[in-house]
Amino acid sequence: MTDRTDSTLLGPADLVGNGVNGDDPDAGGKFGVFGGRYVPEALIPALDEVAAEYDKARNDPAFVGEFDHLLRTYAGRPTTLTEVPRFAERAGGARIVLKREDLTHTGAHKINNVLGQALLTKRLGKTRVIAETGAGQHGVATATAAALMGLECVIYMGAVDCERQALNVARMKLLGATVVPVANGSQTLKDAINEAFRDWVANVDHTHYLFGTIAGPHPFPEIVRDFARVIGVEARRQILELTGRLPDAVAAAVGGGSNAIGLFHAFIGDEGVRLHGYEAGGRGAGEGEHALTLTRGSVGVLHGARTYVLQDEEGQTIESHSISAGLDYPGVGPEHAWLKDIGRATYHGVTDAEAMEAFALLARTEGIIPAIESSHALAGALTLGRELGPEATILVNLSGRGDKDMGTAMKYFNL
Amino acid sequence: MTTLQTVFAKAKADDRAALIGYLPAGFPTKEGAVAAAAAMVEAGCDVIEIGLPYSDPLMDGPTIQDAVHRSLTGGTRIADVMRTVEGVAGTGAATLVMTYWNPVDRYGADRFARDLANAGGVGTITPDLTPEEAGPWCEASAAAGIDTTFLVAPSSTEARIKAVAACCTGFVYAASLMGVTGARETVGEAARGLVERTRPHTGLPVCVGLGVGTGRQAAEVARYADGVIVGSAFIRRLLDAPDETSGLAAVRELAAELAVGVRA
Ligand SMILES: Cc1ncc(COP(=O)(O)O)c(C=O)c1O
Repeated sequence: MTDRTDSTLLGPADLVGNGVNGDDPDAGGKFGVFGGRYVPEALIPALDEVAAEYDKARNDPAFVGEFDHLLRTYAGRPTTLTEVPRFAERAGGARIVLKREDLTHTGAHKINNVLGQALLTKRLGKTRVIAETGAGQHGVATATAAALMGLECVIYMGAVDCERQALNVARMKLLGATVVPVANGSQTLKDAINEAFRDWVANVDHTHYLFGTIAGPHPFPEIVRDFARVIGVEARRQILELTGRLPDAVAAAVGGGSNAIGLFHAFIGDEGVRLHGYEAGGRGAGEGEHALTLTRGSVGVLHGARTYVLQDEEGQTIESHSISAGLDYPGVGPEHAWLKDIGRATYHGVTDAEAMEAFALLARTEGIIPAIESSHALAGALTLGRELGPEATILVNLSGRGDKDMGTAMKYFNL
Repeated sequence: MTTLQTVFAKAKADDRAALIGYLPAGFPTKEGAVAAAAAMVEAGCDVIEIGLPYSDPLMDGPTIQDAVHRSLTGGTRIADVMRTVEGVAGTGAATLVMTYWNPVDRYGADRFARDLANAGGVGTITPDLTPEEAGPWCEASAAAGIDTTFLVAPSSTEARIKAVAACCTGFVYAASLMGVTGARETVGEAARGLVERTRPHTGLPVCVGLGVGTGRQAAEVARYADGVIVGSAFIRRLLDAPDETSGLAAVRELAAELAVGVRA
C-alpha cells in the first residue's frame, strides 16, 4: 500500500487520496449529485484559494511530514484500540473494539482535522481563524491549535450549546479564544455556522474558516475528510493486527459526519466491511424532535452544499434536536449522502434514551466515560452485534470523551 | 407589467440611475409589505425586490435577519410571496424576487419560475447560486420569460465576473463590499472598481447594492452604476417606527431622498 515506516502514521498517499478508492469529489466538488458550492460569489475566490493551496500541500512531503509530526507528538497518535468484552455482553457476544479518539489531546477526533487546517492556514498566510462549534470539541481543538501556532481565534457557538457545554466554553476562553454566543434561530450548530460564514465573507483577506466537519461548500468536505482519514488508516492496520482479519462492520456517530468518514474511508474499498452510521433520534420521530438527516430528511441545499437536509415542503430548515450538541444539526456531509444513495453505507437513528443508556453502560462495564455523541455509535453497535451474531467483530469510533457532558449526565441521571 | 428593460431604458433616457428597493414578503405583515412597497414606488422606486424569507439567510446582516425572522414567525409561505409580488407588480414597478436557492430548489425550479411569471414578477436575484449550479434555473427562467440576476463581488476575478455576467439577463448585481447586507457609513471603495471591471463583460446594466442607505450615497453610486439597490435602510425605518402609519411615512421619506440621489 504505502511506504510507511513505524514512525510515520501517514504515507503521502494517505493524504493525497487521489481516488485511492475512486471516491474523491469531481472538479465541481461533487460526490455524485451531492456537494458543490452554493455560496455567495464573494466567497468563491477564497474557496478556490483554499482548494488550490490544499492541493499543493497534500502533494508536499514537508507538509505531510509536519502534519504527521503534530499528530504523533502533539495529538498523541496513534490512538489505541480497546476491546470491550464486558460491554459487548449486551451485544449478543459479538466482539466490540473501540478506536480511542477520546484519548487524543483535547479529547475528541476533531483535533486531527484542526491540526491539518491550522497548518494550511499558515501556508495561506492568514493570521486569524474562525470556527463554528456545537459540542465545543471543535471549538476547543481550534482554540488549541490557534494557541499553538499563534493565530487569532474566534469561535461561534449557539447560545443553547454554550449553556449545555459550559465547560468547553471556559476551556476555549482559557486557551485565548473569543467565544461568540449566537442567539438567533435555533441557537445551535446550524446558526453558529451561519454566523461564521457572515464573519468570513467580511474578513476573508486575513481569516481562514476552519470548518469542523465534512459539510459545507467544496473543498471543505474533502479537506476535512482527508485530515480525519488517519482514524481509519490506523484502525484498519490495528484491527488486522488484533484479530487477524477485517471487521464485519465499522460504526460511528454522524453529526456533520467527520468522525464517521474518518473511520469509514479506509474501509470503503473493503467490500466485506459494512459501514454503519448512527444519527441522533432525539426524543422521537416528530418534527423538531430529532436530527435524523439521512434517515428522515430530503435532498436540498444547506450551508453551501447539496445534501440531505431536515426541511419542510418549502425548503425551510427544520430545527433539529438531540441531547448531544455535536449531533444536533439538520444537515450532513455530502459524502455520506452519496454513500447512502449508492448503498455503500447504512444509516440509522439512535434515541437520546438509547444513547444515554450506552453512555452509562460503557462507564460501568469498562471504566470509560464516552462523549454522548459517541454513545450513539455505542448504542448502535449493541443492536448491530445482536443482528450480526457472536462471530462478528464490530469496530466502533469512540470519537470523544464524556467530561464535557457531565452537566447533562448529572441532570439526566440525577447524579 | 413593467420589465427591467423598460425601467433601465427609461432611466437612461432621463440620464439617471434606477432606484431598486428591497423588502421581505410578510414584513412588517403580509399586507404591510405590499403597502410599504407601494409607498416606496410612489416616492420613486423603479424596481422592487421582494425577499423570500428563508430560515438560514447567511448573506444577511442583523437588520434583514430580524425582518425575515418576524416574517417567518408570522407564517409567510411561498404562496404569500407570490401574492405580494402580484400586489406590488400592480403598482407599476418592475417586481423581482430575491431568494436563497433552497426554497426554489424544493418548490421546483420550473414551477417557481412559472408561478412567479404568472404573479407578474419579471425576474429573480439568487445570491447563493453560482454559475456552476445555475444551469437549471437559467433554463426554467428563460422558459417562463423572466430575467435572472446574479452577483459579482469585489473579490471576483475577471474569469468569475465573465462567468457570472454570462448567466445574467436582467442586470448584473455588483456587491459593493465584502460582507453581509446592512447599511454602512460609507459605500465600499471597491464598488466603483468592480463596476468598471464588470462593464467589459456585459452589455447589461450594472447595479450596486450592499451598504447603501442615504441620498448622498445613492448620488455617489449613481455616478458610475446603472442602478442603486437599497434594502436594510428601508427595513430599519419600518423596525424603528412606533406604528404602521409612521413606518410607511418613514419609508416614503427615505425613497424620496434616494430618488433625488439617483437623479443628482
Ligand atoms: C465527540 C464528538 N463526536 C462526534 C461529533 C459529531 O461531529 P461529526 O459528525 O463531524 O464527527 C462531535 C461534534 O462536536 C463530537 O464532539
